[in-house]
Amino acid sequence: MNRIRVVSPGLLTTVQDLGRFGWAHFGVSASGAADALALRAGNLLVGNAEGAAALEMTLAGGAFEFESPAVIALTGSDFGAGLPLWSAVEVRAGETVRCGPTRSGARCYLAVRGGLATERAMGSASVHVATGVGGRPLRKGDVLPVGEEAVRKPRAGQAAPPAGERAGALRVTPSAQAEWFADELYRGAYLVTEEADRMGLRLRGAAIPSPAGHMLTEGVPLGAIQAPPDGQPIILFVEHQTTGGYPKPACVISADFWRLGQLRPRDEVRFERVAMERAVELLREQERWLCGLL
Amino acid sequence: MILRPVSDRSLLVSFGDEISPEAHREVVRLTRALEGVRGILNLHPAFASVLIDFDPRLRDHSAVAAQVRERLDAPAESAAVEPRTVEIPVRFGGDAGPDLDDVARHAGLAPERVIERFCAVRFEVSFVGFATCFPYLSGLPPELATPRLAAPRKRVPEGSVAIGGQQAGVYPLASPGGWRLIGRTPVPLFDRQAEPPPLLRMDDRVIFVAEGRR
Repeated sequence: MNRIRVVSPGLLTTVQDLGRFGWAHFGVSASGAADALALRAGNLLVGNAEGAAALEMTLAGGAFEFESPAVIALTGSDFGAGLPLWSAVEVRAGETVRCGPTRSGARCYLAVRGGLATERAMGSASVHVATGVGGRPLRKGDVLPVGEEAVRKPRAGQAAPPAGERAGALRVTPSAQAEWFADELYRGAYLVTEEADRMGLRLRGAAIPSPAGHMLTEGVPLGAIQAPPDGQPIILFVEHQTTGGYPKPACVISADFWRLGQLRPRDEVRFERVAMERAVELLREQERWLCGLL
Repeated sequence: MILRPVSDRSLLVSFGDEISPEAHREVVRLTRALEGVRGILNLHPAFASVLIDFDPRLRDHSAVAAQVRERLDAPAESAAVEPRTVEIPVRFGGDAGPDLDDVARHAGLAPERVIERFCAVRFEVSFVGFATCFPYLSGLPPELATPRLAAPRKRVPEGSVAIGGQQAGVYPLASPGGWRLIGRTPVPLFDRQAEPPPLLRMDDRVIFVAEGRR
């Protein structure tokens, strides 16, 4: 079995897959890759099932030494590894892949042919950073076993990065309390604050006045935009709480979740409403792009 | 019952906007009826609603809504499941429960009486949610209801037993929180070694047992 030794972990590197589902009624959100599109693409490029476990690096990547020859793919943002992104790359025995600070968005994924064979918790290898469900962020000296679960040959040649603008407004559909709100959310730009992690992204900009209506705590979906009493929106992300009591004017569409995973502090975001049908159409387009990687 | 899409991959089913035993029964029934259905990824029960997350590549809102109606129209299972009762030992007051005296003052009772009344209740788990296995417990005697702290604590220790308004709860993991802490339990509500890890589930009954004080 091949193994990867963590020479340096980078700022925050975790093992991720597509998350653990079926536990929300115990208060455990799915977690999973912050940019699931990049994780899925990386796995497809190296010949894995799309949900295999891979490394998620945040803002500044680490260095990883491979004991035996391997095939890897780096996807998501460019962390300056000096290897082509969005393509299957061969790594020699003893070679170290060194990533550095990001040159574009917040996250870069390292998928390895065979998948990471780290321990599963409640059906998933995904590390829920805030609670420690599924493990903890990588440390120097950790050794990660590589599995043997490849399902097809690696893809030859470089793939085009995902369609869809990284810039441009985040598309949203109305959420549970949409009619409590006027149009403030759609008028101007918001800044991503330093409090932006896998649990949620706190934004700063024009306050969205939250009418003090009677509201019981209720279930909250991934991507929901919450309006707390100070009116500064919070986008709930992959490690979000499962229930909450703040009103929600809107929810980011599924096709734009990966863009949330690439937002960095001080990035600017705008919101744009789309119809439910359009949201589903955009998701289908994205799925077609993934199919094109095979 | 109101059904409304709240994202492109979820539907919120509401049974009114008040906490009531009737709404709770519907929440329990719907949650159980939808567990394990293909294309449904997650269920988030709450006081009077269930949020249903589905895979938008397999299902759409109208298909999920139709399934909700169909399952709720089906006659309720004849033999109701007898709820489990879980006893949770608690060390009350002192460092373990720094807000016990405030709760006692608010109730106009001695701290010992607060503990007695709290331990006399067979609480019901309304639902489990918030952050990792947090049980929302109903059945708090009205005189013990205490408003939440004006400014939440940055860190509430794991196992803290707390009162928030008319609810009781236990913090399964250390986290920020604004409820009044009256004690602490050594019993893990989220046990990584257990199968499954969560101790409590919706509709369980909970009785708190006071450990020798201080």
